Amino acid sequence: MIRFSQVGKRYPPGLDALSGISFEVNAGELVLIEGHSGAGKSTVLKLIAAMEHPTAGTVLVNNQNVGAMKRAAVPYLRRNLGLVLQDQKLLFDRTSFENVLLPLSIAGFPAREAASRARAALDKVGLLKREKALPVSLSGGEQQRLAIARAVVNRPKLLLADEPTAHLDPHTARDVARIFHDFHQVGVTVLIATYDDALFNLDGARRLVFDHGRLAP
Amino acid sequence: MSVWLSQHRDALAAALRRLIAAPLNTLLSLLAIGIALALPASGQMLMSNLLQLASTTTPSPQISIFMKLDANHDAVSRTEKQLKQHSGVSAVKVVTSEQTLARMKMSEGLGDVIDALPKNPFPDAFVVTPHDDRPDAMESLAKELRGLPGVEHVQLDSAWAKRLEALLRLGRTGVNLLAAFLGVGLVAITFNTIRLQVLTHQAEVEVSRLLGATDRFIARPFYYFGLLQGLFGGLVAWLIVFVAAATLRGPVGELANLYGIDFNLVSLGTTDTFLLLAVAGLLGWFGAALSVRQHMRDT
Ligand SMILES: Nc1ncnc2c1ncn2[C@@H]1O[C@H](COP(=O)(O)OP(=O)(O)OP(=O)(O)O)[C@@H](O)[C@H]1O
Ligand SMILES: [Mg+2]
Repeated sequence: MIRFSQVGKRYPPGLDALSGISFEVNAGELVLIEGHSGAGKSTVLKLIAAMEHPTAGTVLVNNQNVGAMKRAAVPYLRRNLGLVLQDQKLLFDRTSFENVLLPLSIAGFPAREAASRARAALDKVGLLKREKALPVSLSGGEQQRLAIARAVVNRPKLLLADEPTAHLDPHTARDVARIFHDFHQVGVTVLIATYDDALFNLDGARRLVFDHGRLAP
Repeated sequence: MSVWLSQHRDALAAALRRLIAAPLNTLLSLLAIGIALALPASGQMLMSNLLQLASTTTPSPQISIFMKLDANHDAVSRTEKQLKQHSGVSAVKVVTSEQTLARMKMSEGLGDVIDALPKNPFPDAFVVTPHDDRPDAMESLAKELRGLPGVEHVQLDSAWAKRLEALLRLGRTGVNLLAAFLGVGLVAITFNTIRLQVLTHQAEVEVSRLLGATDRFIARPFYYFGLLQGLFGGLVAWLIVFVAAATLRGPVGELANLYGIDFNLVSLGTTDTFLLLAVAGLLGWFGAALSVRQHMRDT
Protein backbone atom coordinates (compact mmCIF):
# COMPACT_ATOMS: atom_id res chain seq x y z
CA MET A 1 0.00 0.00 0.00
CA ILE A 2 2.84 2.38 0.84
CA ARG A 3 6.42 2.06 -0.40
CA PHE A 4 9.30 4.43 0.37
CA SER A 5 12.42 3.86 -1.79
CA GLN A 6 15.61 5.67 -0.81
CA VAL A 7 13.56 8.71 0.16
CA GLY A 8 15.30 11.91 1.19
CA LYS A 9 13.73 15.16 2.26
CA ARG A 10 15.76 18.31 2.53
CA TYR A 11 13.99 21.38 3.82
CA PRO A 12 15.34 24.76 2.84
CA PRO A 13 17.91 26.08 3.58
CA GLY A 14 19.57 22.66 3.60
CA LEU A 15 18.48 20.60 6.54
CA ASP A 16 18.05 16.89 5.83
CA ALA A 17 14.92 15.83 7.68
CA LEU A 18 15.04 12.38 6.10
CA SER A 19 17.70 10.52 4.17
CA GLY A 20 17.84 7.08 2.55
CA ILE A 21 14.50 5.94 3.91
CA SER A 22 13.11 2.69 2.50
CA PHE A 23 10.18 0.77 3.95
CA GLU A 24 6.92 -0.77 2.94
CA VAL A 25 3.52 -0.89 4.59
CA ASN A 26 1.02 -3.54 3.53
CA ALA A 27 -2.72 -3.09 3.48
CA GLY A 28 -4.28 -3.70 6.89
CA GLU A 29 -1.11 -3.11 8.91
CA LEU A 30 -0.83 -1.00 12.05
CA VAL A 31 2.48 0.86 11.99
CA LEU A 32 3.89 3.03 14.75
CA ILE A 33 6.37 5.70 13.65
CA GLU A 34 8.61 6.55 16.56
CA GLY A 35 11.64 8.66 17.33
CA HIS A 36 12.81 11.73 19.18
CA SER A 37 11.46 15.19 18.51
CA GLY A 38 12.76 16.34 15.13
CA ALA A 39 13.53 12.76 13.98
CA GLY A 40 11.34 13.17 10.90
CA LYS A 41 8.08 11.45 11.91
CA SER A 42 5.75 14.21 10.74
CA THR A 43 7.73 14.53 7.54
CA VAL A 44 7.06 10.88 6.68
CA LEU A 45 3.32 11.39 7.06
CA LYS A 46 3.38 14.64 5.08
CA LEU A 47 5.15 12.91 2.21
CA ILE A 48 2.44 10.25 2.10
CA ALA A 49 -0.31 12.89 2.01
CA ALA A 50 1.53 14.90 -0.67
CA MET A 51 1.80 17.86 1.70
CA GLU A 52 5.54 17.75 1.06
CA HIS A 53 7.49 16.35 -1.85
CA PRO A 54 10.57 14.13 -1.50
CA THR A 55 13.85 15.65 -2.65
CA ALA A 56 15.26 12.17 -3.34
CA GLY A 57 13.78 8.73 -4.02
CA THR A 58 10.13 7.87 -4.59
CA VAL A 59 7.05 7.57 -2.41
CA LEU A 60 4.37 5.25 -3.75
CA VAL A 61 0.85 5.21 -2.30
CA ASN A 62 -1.47 2.68 -3.94
CA ASN A 63 1.13 2.39 -6.70
CA GLN A 64 0.90 6.10 -7.42
CA ASN A 65 4.08 8.14 -7.32
CA VAL A 66 2.89 10.76 -4.86
CA GLY A 67 5.97 12.95 -5.16
CA ALA A 68 5.50 13.43 -8.89
CA MET A 69 1.75 13.76 -8.73
CA LYS A 70 0.05 16.53 -10.71
CA ARG A 71 -1.52 19.24 -8.60
CA ALA A 72 -4.95 18.38 -9.97
CA ALA A 73 -4.65 14.73 -8.84
CA VAL A 74 -3.75 15.48 -5.22
CA PRO A 75 -7.33 16.12 -4.01
CA TYR A 76 -8.39 12.64 -5.11
CA LEU A 77 -5.46 11.07 -3.23
CA ARG A 78 -6.45 12.96 -0.08
CA ARG A 79 -10.09 11.93 -0.26
CA ASN A 80 -8.93 8.37 0.19
CA LEU A 81 -6.84 9.16 3.26
CA GLY A 82 -7.81 9.92 6.80
CA LEU A 83 -5.52 12.63 8.14
CA VAL A 84 -5.10 13.56 11.80
CA LEU A 85 -2.41 16.22 11.96
CA GLN A 86 -0.29 17.30 14.88
CA ASP A 87 -2.12 20.63 14.95
CA GLN A 88 -5.57 19.33 14.27
CA LYS A 89 -6.65 22.02 11.82
CA LEU A 90 -10.22 22.18 13.02
CA LEU A 91 -12.35 25.06 11.78
CA PHE A 92 -13.18 27.09 14.85
CA ASP A 93 -16.11 28.96 13.32
CA ARG A 94 -17.98 25.73 12.62
CA THR A 95 -19.73 23.29 14.89
CA SER A 96 -18.39 19.80 15.53
CA PHE A 97 -20.99 18.44 13.16
CA GLU A 98 -20.03 20.88 10.40
CA ASN A 99 -16.35 20.07 10.85
CA VAL A 100 -17.03 16.38 10.37
CA LEU A 101 -19.38 17.08 7.47
CA LEU A 102 -16.75 18.96 5.49
CA PRO A 103 -14.90 16.00 3.90
CA LEU A 104 -18.24 14.59 2.76
CA SER A 105 -19.35 17.87 1.16
CA ILE A 106 -15.99 18.02 -0.57
CA ALA A 107 -16.39 14.49 -1.88
CA GLY A 108 -19.90 15.38 -3.08
CA PHE A 109 -22.03 13.14 -0.87
CA PRO A 110 -25.78 13.74 -0.97
CA ALA A 111 -26.79 15.90 2.00
CA ARG A 112 -28.87 13.32 3.82
CA GLU A 113 -26.33 10.52 3.57
CA ALA A 114 -23.57 12.93 4.55
CA ALA A 115 -25.46 13.99 7.66
CA SER A 116 -26.09 10.45 8.84
CA ARG A 117 -22.48 9.45 8.17
CA ALA A 118 -21.20 12.50 10.06
CA ARG A 119 -23.37 11.62 13.05
CA ALA A 120 -22.16 8.03 12.94
CA ALA A 121 -18.54 9.24 12.99
CA LEU A 122 -19.24 11.57 15.92
CA ASP A 123 -20.93 8.74 17.73
CA LYS A 124 -17.92 6.51 17.11
CA VAL A 125 -15.65 8.93 19.00
CA GLY A 126 -18.28 9.65 21.67
CA LEU A 127 -19.04 13.22 20.59
CA LEU A 128 -22.57 12.90 19.26
CA LYS A 129 -23.90 14.87 22.23
CA ARG A 130 -21.55 17.73 21.35
CA GLU A 131 -22.44 17.94 17.67
CA LYS A 132 -23.62 21.54 17.96
CA ALA A 133 -20.62 22.67 20.00
CA LEU A 134 -17.93 24.88 18.55
CA PRO A 135 -14.40 23.43 18.85
CA VAL A 136 -13.35 26.14 21.34
CA SER A 137 -15.87 24.81 23.80
CA LEU A 138 -14.40 21.30 23.56
CA SER A 139 -11.63 20.00 25.78
CA GLY A 140 -8.25 19.03 24.30
CA GLY A 141 -9.21 15.36 24.22
CA GLU A 142 -12.55 16.13 22.66
CA GLN A 143 -10.89 18.23 19.97
CA GLN A 144 -8.54 15.35 19.29
CA ARG A 145 -11.45 12.96 18.94
CA LEU A 146 -13.26 15.44 16.70
CA ALA A 147 -10.21 15.51 14.42
CA ILE A 148 -10.30 11.70 14.33
CA ALA A 149 -14.01 11.67 13.52
CA ARG A 150 -13.35 14.02 10.61
CA ALA A 151 -10.48 11.82 9.41
CA VAL A 152 -12.54 8.64 9.33
CA VAL A 153 -15.89 9.95 8.16
CA ASN A 154 -14.95 9.21 4.53
CA ARG A 155 -14.22 5.59 5.55
CA PRO A 156 -10.66 5.74 4.22
CA LYS A 157 -8.59 2.63 3.65
CA LEU A 158 -5.55 4.44 5.02
CA LEU A 159 -5.45 6.44 8.24
CA LEU A 160 -2.50 8.72 9.10
CA ALA A 161 -2.27 10.21 12.59
CA ASP A 162 0.41 12.53 13.94
CA GLU A 163 0.74 12.46 17.75
CA PRO A 164 -2.97 11.85 18.31
CA THR A 165 -2.49 11.40 22.06
CA ALA A 166 -0.19 14.34 22.75
CA HIS A 167 -1.36 16.50 25.65
CA LEU A 168 -3.96 13.98 26.73
CA ASP A 169 -4.24 12.50 30.20
CA PRO A 170 -3.48 8.73 30.32
CA HIS A 171 -7.13 7.79 30.50
CA THR A 172 -8.23 9.88 27.51
CA ALA A 173 -5.13 8.79 25.62
CA ARG A 174 -6.18 5.17 26.07
CA ASP A 175 -9.66 5.99 24.72
CA VAL A 176 -8.14 7.58 21.64
CA ALA A 177 -5.73 4.69 21.14
CA ARG A 178 -8.65 2.31 21.30
CA ILE A 179 -10.39 4.13 18.47
CA PHE A 180 -7.40 3.54 16.21
CA HIS A 181 -7.28 -0.10 17.21
CA ASP A 182 -10.92 -0.46 16.28
CA PHE A 183 -10.18 0.86 12.80
CA HIS A 184 -7.24 -1.47 12.51
CA GLN A 185 -9.48 -4.33 13.54
CA VAL A 186 -11.86 -3.68 10.62
CA GLY A 187 -9.02 -3.72 8.08
CA VAL A 188 -7.98 -0.08 7.82
CA THR A 189 -4.25 0.51 7.33
CA VAL A 190 -3.11 2.76 10.19
CA LEU A 191 0.10 4.79 10.53
CA ILE A 192 0.58 6.61 13.81
CA ALA A 193 3.48 8.89 14.67
CA THR A 194 3.92 8.86 18.42
CA TYR A 195 6.34 8.84 21.36
CA ASP A 196 3.85 6.93 23.40
CA ASP A 197 4.51 3.47 22.02
CA ALA A 198 3.34 1.67 25.11
CA LEU A 199 -0.12 3.02 24.45
CA PHE A 200 -0.43 1.57 21.00
CA ASN A 201 1.80 -1.44 21.31
CA LEU A 202 -1.02 -3.85 21.68
CA ASP A 203 -1.61 -6.42 19.02
CA GLY A 204 0.62 -6.88 16.02
CA ALA A 205 1.72 -3.27 15.69
CA ARG A 206 4.93 -2.82 13.73
CA ARG A 207 7.39 -0.14 14.84
CA LEU A 208 9.48 2.07 12.58
CA VAL A 209 11.97 3.96 14.71
CA PHE A 210 13.53 7.12 13.29
CA ASP A 211 16.73 8.73 14.48
CA HIS A 212 17.90 12.01 13.01
CA GLY A 213 16.18 11.36 9.72
CA ARG A 214 17.35 7.76 9.38
CA LEU A 215 15.50 4.55 9.95
CA ALA A 216 16.96 2.63 12.90
CA PRO A 217 17.57 -1.06 12.10
CA MET B 1 -30.42 16.42 -6.98
CA SER B 2 -27.16 16.04 -8.82
CA VAL B 3 -23.86 16.48 -7.01
CA TRP B 4 -22.98 19.37 -9.29
CA LEU B 5 -26.16 21.23 -8.48
CA SER B 6 -25.96 20.67 -4.75
CA GLN B 7 -22.32 21.80 -4.66
CA HIS B 8 -23.28 25.01 -6.44
CA ARG B 9 -26.17 25.50 -4.06
CA ASP B 10 -23.83 24.99 -1.11
CA ALA B 11 -21.32 27.47 -2.57
CA LEU B 12 -24.08 30.02 -3.06
CA ALA B 13 -25.24 29.52 0.51
CA ALA B 14 -21.67 29.85 1.77
CA ALA B 15 -21.25 33.10 -0.20
CA LEU B 16 -24.47 34.48 1.30
CA ARG B 17 -23.31 33.51 4.79
CA ARG B 18 -20.00 35.26 4.21
CA LEU B 19 -21.79 38.40 3.01
CA ILE B 20 -23.98 38.39 6.10
CA ALA B 21 -21.12 37.52 8.43
CA ALA B 22 -19.56 40.98 7.99
CA PRO B 23 -22.60 43.23 7.59
CA LEU B 24 -20.75 46.53 7.86
CA ASN B 25 -18.13 45.58 5.27
CA THR B 26 -20.82 44.25 2.99
CA LEU B 27 -22.88 47.41 3.37
CA LEU B 28 -19.91 49.62 2.55
CA SER B 29 -18.96 47.55 -0.51
CA LEU B 30 -22.54 47.57 -1.74
CA LEU B 31 -22.75 51.34 -1.30
CA ALA B 32 -19.47 51.86 -3.15
CA ILE B 33 -20.58 49.63 -6.02
CA GLY B 34 -24.11 51.04 -5.98
CA ILE B 35 -22.98 54.66 -6.18
CA ALA B 36 -20.41 53.86 -8.86
CA LEU B 37 -23.02 52.11 -10.99
CA ALA B 38 -25.67 54.73 -10.28
CA LEU B 39 -23.70 57.28 -12.31
CA PRO B 40 -23.88 55.55 -15.69
CA ALA B 41 -27.30 54.17 -14.81
CA SER B 42 -28.75 57.61 -14.18
CA GLY B 43 -27.02 58.83 -17.34
CA GLN B 44 -28.81 56.08 -19.20
CA MET B 45 -32.06 57.05 -17.50
CA LEU B 46 -31.67 60.69 -18.56
CA MET B 47 -30.78 59.65 -22.11
CA SER B 48 -33.87 57.54 -22.56
CA ASN B 49 -36.01 60.33 -21.12
CA LEU B 50 -34.43 62.81 -23.53
CA LEU B 51 -35.03 60.49 -26.47
CA GLN B 52 -38.62 60.10 -25.37
CA LEU B 53 -38.96 63.88 -25.08
CA ALA B 54 -37.36 64.46 -28.48
CA SER B 55 -39.64 62.01 -30.23
CA THR B 56 -42.88 63.32 -28.71
CA THR B 57 -42.49 67.08 -28.60
CA THR B 58 -40.56 68.17 -31.66
CA PRO B 59 -42.67 69.33 -34.60
CA SER B 60 -41.96 67.68 -37.92
CA PRO B 61 -39.14 69.61 -39.57
CA GLN B 62 -39.98 71.94 -42.42
CA ILE B 63 -38.39 73.84 -45.29
CA SER B 64 -39.32 77.47 -45.95
CA ILE B 65 -39.10 78.78 -49.53
CA PHE B 66 -39.13 82.53 -50.21
CA MET B 67 -39.89 83.76 -53.75
CA LYS B 68 -38.20 86.73 -55.39
CA LEU B 69 -40.01 90.00 -54.61
CA ASP B 70 -40.64 90.64 -58.29
CA ALA B 71 -42.01 87.18 -59.01
CA ASN B 72 -45.45 87.52 -60.54
CA HIS B 73 -48.55 85.56 -59.67
CA ASP B 74 -48.06 83.07 -62.52
CA ALA B 75 -44.52 82.24 -61.48
CA VAL B 76 -45.68 81.67 -57.91
CA SER B 77 -48.46 79.30 -58.85
CA ARG B 78 -46.13 77.45 -61.23
CA THR B 79 -43.72 76.88 -58.39
CA GLU B 80 -46.57 75.79 -56.13
CA LYS B 81 -47.62 73.22 -58.71
CA GLN B 82 -44.05 71.95 -59.06
CA LEU B 83 -43.71 71.59 -55.30
CA LYS B 84 -46.95 69.70 -54.97
CA GLN B 85 -45.85 67.24 -57.64
CA HIS B 86 -42.42 66.71 -56.17
CA SER B 87 -41.97 63.20 -54.81
CA GLY B 88 -39.90 64.28 -51.82
CA VAL B 89 -42.58 66.68 -50.59
CA SER B 90 -45.49 65.54 -48.48
CA ALA B 91 -47.30 68.85 -47.85
CA VAL B 92 -47.11 72.41 -49.13
CA LYS B 93 -48.52 75.43 -47.39
CA VAL B 94 -48.73 78.73 -49.29
CA VAL B 95 -48.07 81.93 -47.41
CA THR B 96 -48.80 84.91 -49.67
CA SER B 97 -47.10 88.22 -49.23
CA GLU B 98 -50.48 89.72 -48.26
CA GLN B 99 -50.90 87.18 -45.47
CA THR B 100 -47.46 87.96 -44.13
CA LEU B 101 -48.13 91.67 -44.30
CA ALA B 102 -51.40 91.24 -42.41
CA ARG B 103 -49.74 89.13 -39.75
CA MET B 104 -46.93 91.62 -39.31
CA LYS B 105 -49.37 94.52 -38.95
CA MET B 106 -50.96 92.70 -36.03
CA SER B 107 -47.64 92.50 -34.24
CA GLU B 108 -47.30 94.99 -31.50
CA GLY B 109 -45.37 98.09 -32.45
CA LEU B 110 -44.83 97.06 -36.07
CA GLY B 111 -48.20 98.27 -37.41
CA ASP B 112 -47.18 101.90 -37.80
CA VAL B 113 -43.82 101.04 -39.31
CA ILE B 114 -45.39 98.84 -41.92
CA ASP B 115 -48.10 101.39 -42.74
CA ALA B 116 -45.34 103.84 -43.45
CA LEU B 117 -43.75 101.60 -46.08
CA PRO B 118 -44.40 102.51 -49.71
CA LYS B 119 -45.10 98.93 -50.76
CA ASN B 120 -45.37 95.38 -49.41
CA PRO B 121 -41.81 94.37 -48.50
CA PHE B 122 -42.64 90.67 -47.97
CA PRO B 123 -42.22 87.95 -50.58
CA ASP B 124 -44.61 85.13 -51.29
CA ALA B 125 -43.49 82.00 -49.51
CA PHE B 126 -44.11 78.26 -49.14
CA VAL B 127 -43.69 76.01 -46.16
CA VAL B 128 -42.86 72.51 -47.28
CA THR B 129 -43.02 69.37 -45.18
CA PRO B 130 -40.62 66.75 -46.59
CA HIS B 131 -41.33 63.02 -46.74
CA ASP B 132 -37.95 62.14 -45.33
CA ASP B 133 -37.07 64.36 -42.38
CA ARG B 134 -33.54 63.09 -41.77
CA PRO B 135 -31.07 65.98 -41.88
CA ASP B 136 -29.19 64.64 -44.92
CA ALA B 137 -32.31 64.07 -46.97
CA MET B 138 -33.60 67.54 -46.07
CA GLU B 139 -30.34 69.09 -47.05
CA SER B 140 -30.41 67.60 -50.52
CA LEU B 141 -34.07 68.46 -51.01
CA ALA B 142 -33.37 72.09 -50.06
CA LYS B 143 -30.52 72.22 -52.54
CA GLU B 144 -32.81 71.03 -55.29
CA LEU B 145 -35.50 73.54 -54.36
CA ARG B 146 -33.01 76.39 -54.50
CA GLY B 147 -32.73 75.70 -58.24
CA LEU B 148 -36.42 76.32 -58.96
CA PRO B 149 -37.19 79.44 -61.05
CA GLY B 150 -38.27 82.50 -59.10
CA VAL B 151 -36.92 81.20 -55.80
CA GLU B 152 -34.86 83.72 -53.86
CA HIS B 153 -34.03 81.86 -50.67
CA VAL B 154 -34.55 78.43 -49.14
CA GLN B 155 -34.32 78.10 -45.41
CA LEU B 156 -33.82 74.77 -43.82
CA ASP B 157 -34.98 74.48 -40.26
CA SER B 158 -33.18 71.19 -39.65
CA ALA B 159 -30.42 72.82 -37.69
CA TRP B 160 -32.19 72.02 -34.45
CA ALA B 161 -32.44 68.36 -35.50
CA LYS B 162 -28.72 68.26 -36.14
CA ARG B 163 -28.01 69.88 -32.83
CA LEU B 164 -30.26 67.50 -30.98
CA GLU B 165 -28.70 64.56 -32.74
CA ALA B 166 -25.21 65.76 -31.88
CA LEU B 167 -26.27 66.36 -28.29
CA LEU B 168 -27.73 62.88 -27.97
CA ARG B 169 -24.62 61.38 -29.51
CA LEU B 170 -22.47 63.25 -27.04
CA GLY B 171 -24.68 62.09 -24.19
CA ARG B 172 -24.53 58.49 -25.35
CA THR B 173 -20.74 58.60 -25.64
CA GLY B 174 -20.55 60.11 -22.17
CA VAL B 175 -22.75 57.42 -20.68
CA ASN B 176 -20.73 54.68 -22.38
CA LEU B 177 -17.47 56.15 -21.18
CA LEU B 178 -18.78 56.47 -17.64
CA ALA B 179 -20.06 52.90 -17.76
CA ALA B 180 -16.68 51.62 -18.93
CA PHE B 181 -14.72 53.47 -16.24
CA LEU B 182 -17.04 52.53 -13.43
CA GLY B 183 -17.24 48.96 -14.69
CA VAL B 184 -13.49 48.78 -14.25
CA GLY B 185 -14.04 50.33 -10.81
CA LEU B 186 -16.48 47.58 -9.91
CA VAL B 187 -14.00 44.91 -10.97
CA ALA B 188 -11.34 46.63 -8.85
CA ILE B 189 -13.60 46.81 -5.78
CA THR B 190 -14.50 43.14 -6.16
CA PHE B 191 -10.87 42.18 -6.69
CA ASN B 192 -10.00 43.78 -3.38
CA THR B 193 -12.90 42.42 -1.33
CA ILE B 194 -12.21 38.93 -2.62
CA ARG B 195 -8.55 39.33 -1.72
CA LEU B 196 -9.62 40.11 1.84
CA GLN B 197 -12.10 37.24 1.75
CA VAL B 198 -9.36 34.80 0.76
CA LEU B 199 -7.26 36.07 3.67
CA THR B 200 -10.16 35.81 6.10
CA HIS B 201 -10.91 32.27 5.02
CA GLN B 202 -7.34 31.07 4.81
CA ALA B 203 -7.84 28.42 7.49
CA GLU B 204 -10.88 27.08 5.70
CA VAL B 205 -9.03 27.05 2.38
CA GLU B 206 -6.10 25.20 3.89
CA VAL B 207 -8.21 22.64 5.72
CA SER B 208 -10.39 22.05 2.67
CA ARG B 209 -7.26 21.39 0.62
CA LEU B 210 -6.07 18.82 3.17
CA LEU B 211 -9.43 17.12 3.02
CA GLY B 212 -9.26 16.73 -0.75
CA ALA B 213 -11.04 19.82 -2.07
CA THR B 214 -10.25 20.76 -5.65
CA ASP B 215 -9.24 24.31 -6.55
CA ARG B 216 -12.62 24.73 -8.17
CA PHE B 217 -14.47 23.65 -5.04
CA ILE B 218 -12.53 26.14 -2.97
CA ALA B 219 -12.91 28.99 -5.47
CA ARG B 220 -16.63 28.54 -6.01
CA PRO B 221 -17.93 30.39 -2.91
CA PHE B 222 -15.63 33.31 -3.76
CA TYR B 223 -17.05 33.47 -7.28
CA TYR B 224 -20.57 33.51 -5.91
CA PHE B 225 -19.53 36.14 -3.41
CA GLY B 226 -18.37 38.39 -6.27
CA LEU B 227 -21.51 37.66 -8.26
CA LEU B 228 -23.85 38.42 -5.36
CA GLN B 229 -21.95 41.52 -4.33
CA GLY B 230 -22.14 42.85 -7.89
CA LEU B 231 -25.79 41.96 -8.18
CA PHE B 232 -26.77 43.57 -4.88
CA GLY B 233 -24.61 46.58 -5.76
CA GLY B 234 -26.57 46.80 -9.01
CA LEU B 235 -29.79 46.72 -6.99
CA VAL B 236 -28.50 49.58 -4.85
CA ALA B 237 -27.72 51.53 -8.04
CA TRP B 238 -31.20 50.82 -9.34
CA LEU B 239 -32.68 52.08 -6.09
CA ILE B 240 -30.60 55.27 -6.23
CA VAL B 241 -31.76 55.99 -9.77
CA PHE B 242 -35.34 55.18 -8.83
CA VAL B 243 -35.29 57.57 -5.88
CA ALA B 244 -33.56 60.27 -7.94
CA ALA B 245 -36.15 59.96 -10.71
CA ALA B 246 -39.01 60.09 -8.21
CA THR B 247 -37.53 63.14 -6.52
CA LEU B 248 -36.85 65.00 -9.77
CA ARG B 249 -40.13 64.10 -11.44
CA GLY B 250 -42.11 66.98 -9.88
CA PRO B 251 -39.62 69.82 -10.48
CA VAL B 252 -38.74 68.62 -14.00
CA GLY B 253 -42.42 68.35 -14.90
CA GLU B 254 -43.03 71.91 -13.69
CA LEU B 255 -40.06 73.20 -15.63
CA ALA B 256 -41.27 71.44 -18.77
CA ASN B 257 -44.72 72.93 -18.25
CA LEU B 258 -43.25 76.42 -18.37
CA TYR B 259 -42.10 75.59 -21.89
CA GLY B 260 -45.51 74.19 -22.70
CA ILE B 261 -44.29 70.62 -22.73
CA ASP B 262 -46.05 67.79 -20.96
CA PHE B 263 -43.24 65.64 -19.62
CA ASN B 264 -43.08 62.80 -17.12
CA LEU B 265 -39.60 61.72 -15.98
CA VAL B 266 -39.46 57.92 -15.69
CA SER B 267 -36.88 55.67 -14.00
CA LEU B 268 -34.97 52.83 -15.73
CA GLY B 269 -37.06 50.60 -17.97
CA THR B 270 -37.19 46.80 -17.77
CA THR B 271 -34.46 46.22 -20.35
CA ASP B 272 -32.12 48.76 -18.80
CA THR B 273 -32.75 47.36 -15.32
CA PHE B 274 -32.07 43.82 -16.49
CA LEU B 275 -28.93 44.99 -18.28
CA LEU B 276 -27.70 46.86 -15.19
CA LEU B 277 -28.13 43.82 -12.93
CA ALA B 278 -26.67 41.38 -15.44
CA VAL B 279 -23.60 43.51 -16.10
CA ALA B 280 -23.09 44.19 -12.38
CA GLY B 281 -23.31 40.49 -11.55
CA LEU B 282 -21.01 39.45 -14.38
CA LEU B 283 -18.38 42.06 -13.55
CA GLY B 284 -18.52 40.95 -9.91
CA TRP B 285 -17.93 37.35 -10.97
CA PHE B 286 -15.12 38.47 -13.27
CA GLY B 287 -13.40 40.51 -10.53
CA ALA B 288 -13.67 37.54 -8.18
CA ALA B 289 -12.21 35.18 -10.78
CA LEU B 290 -9.24 37.49 -11.33
CA SER B 291 -8.68 37.86 -7.60
CA VAL B 292 -8.96 34.15 -6.83
CA ARG B 293 -6.52 33.36 -9.61
CA GLN B 294 -4.11 35.91 -8.18
CA HIS B 295 -4.44 35.16 -4.48
CA MET B 296 -5.12 31.48 -4.15
CA ARG B 297 -2.15 30.18 -6.06
CA ASP B 298 0.17 30.58 -3.10
CA THR B 299 -2.04 29.18 -0.35
N1 LIG C 1 8.67 23.21 6.86
C1 LIG C 1 9.91 23.00 7.38
N2 LIG C 1 10.93 23.82 7.03
C2 LIG C 1 12.17 23.60 7.52
N3 LIG C 1 12.47 22.62 8.33
C3 LIG C 1 11.49 21.77 8.73
C4 LIG C 1 10.16 21.92 8.25
N4 LIG C 1 9.41 20.94 8.78
C5 LIG C 1 10.23 20.22 9.55
N5 LIG C 1 11.47 20.70 9.51
C6 LIG C 1 12.63 20.13 10.18
O1 LIG C 1 12.78 18.78 9.80
C7 LIG C 1 13.11 17.97 10.89
C8 LIG C 1 12.09 16.87 11.06
O2 LIG C 1 10.86 17.46 11.37
P1 LIG C 1 9.55 16.64 11.71
O3 LIG C 1 8.44 17.59 11.90
O4 LIG C 1 9.39 15.58 10.68
O5 LIG C 1 9.97 15.98 13.10
P2 LIG C 1 9.09 15.11 14.07
O6 LIG C 1 9.80 13.80 14.21
O7 LIG C 1 7.70 15.09 13.66
O8 LIG C 1 9.25 15.91 15.44
P3 LIG C 1 8.15 16.13 16.59
O9 LIG C 1 8.12 14.86 17.36
O10 LIG C 1 8.73 17.23 17.40
O11 LIG C 1 6.89 16.46 15.94
C9 LIG C 1 13.19 18.89 12.10
O12 LIG C 1 14.54 19.19 12.33
C10 LIG C 1 12.44 20.13 11.68
O13 LIG C 1 13.02 21.27 12.27
MG1 LIG D 1 6.00 15.89 14.34
